[in-house]
Amino acid sequence: MTLALFTALALLAIASGVLVFVVDSMARATFALLVSFLAVAAMVLLTDLLYLGAVIILMMIIEMVVMAVFMIMYMMNPAGLMPMSMFHNTRGAAVICGLLFAGLSAGIFLADWPERRGTRPEDPTLELGTALMEGHMLTMMTLGVTLFSTIVATVVLATGRGRYDRLGDRLDAGHPDDPAGGGVGR
Amino acid sequence: MILEAFLVVAAALFTIGLFGALTQQSIVMLMMGLELMINGIILATAAYWYFLAPAAADGQVIVVAVVTAMAIEMAMGFAVVTAIYRAKRIDMTDSATELEG
Repeated sequence: MTLALFTALALLAIASGVLVFVVDSMARATFALLVSFLAVAAMVLLTDLLYLGAVIILMMIIEMVVMAVFMIMYMMNPAGLMPMSMFHNTRGAAVICGLLFAGLSAGIFLADWPERRGTRPEDPTLELGTALMEGHMLTMMTLGVTLFSTIVATVVLATGRGRYDRLGDRLDAGHPDDPAGGGVGR
Repeated sequence: MILEAFLVVAAALFTIGLFGALTQQSIVMLMMGLELMINGIILATAAYWYFLAPAAADGQVIVVAVVTAMAIEMAMGFAVVTAIYRAKRIDMTDSATELEG
């Protein structure tokens, strides 16, 4: 039963992963990627990681919906009106990826995997939480600081005109230098 | 379910993602390839934890770190796409040749 479920999920994950780069519409590609992520999350659930599986499901749904917005913003072939090839260097990439997959598979089947050490905990979520708040506290803090710096960096990169553009390098301009007037009292 | 089966699926996802990242012209589609590669890594890490070292939480912590890396990759990627599009009206990798050697 579990094996059949795993096989179905594996095939779904791979098939929808391929679909991402086969379908013409970038919006459809986003949702194909979402299906692939959900299948992988279900496989993570099969490995008893209930919390992490649920986190991946929730995060990927949000992430792909946000991605769909950007897909529509930067769509190459809107509504199929501008048919064009979205690929370059397909042959070289196919060779590289074929070799890589062959190498990885060879490694997977030839490697002498160690025996399982220890037994599975009754509650992996409790174990994860304890690890993050005790032994792996530094990991958690690093992740937090990295996420915060990401917020700052993305805002800096994505802002078209910030306050230094409007009010000068010393922020001491009497009137903001806006391309269009407006606002109360101006 | 065996470890090798999980790893082969993960390798397949990783390879498909790499193919997309190498072949797609649109920067946004390139990022979808990267996401697919990270997707494979998540699966492989969960399988390692389950089959090889379930007693320690280290494997789970790696999954948390990878998921975070995925979120950061997407946020930074879209910020860069927006910045490069605003500066040069570029949304294709072939046009972004400023650093070409």
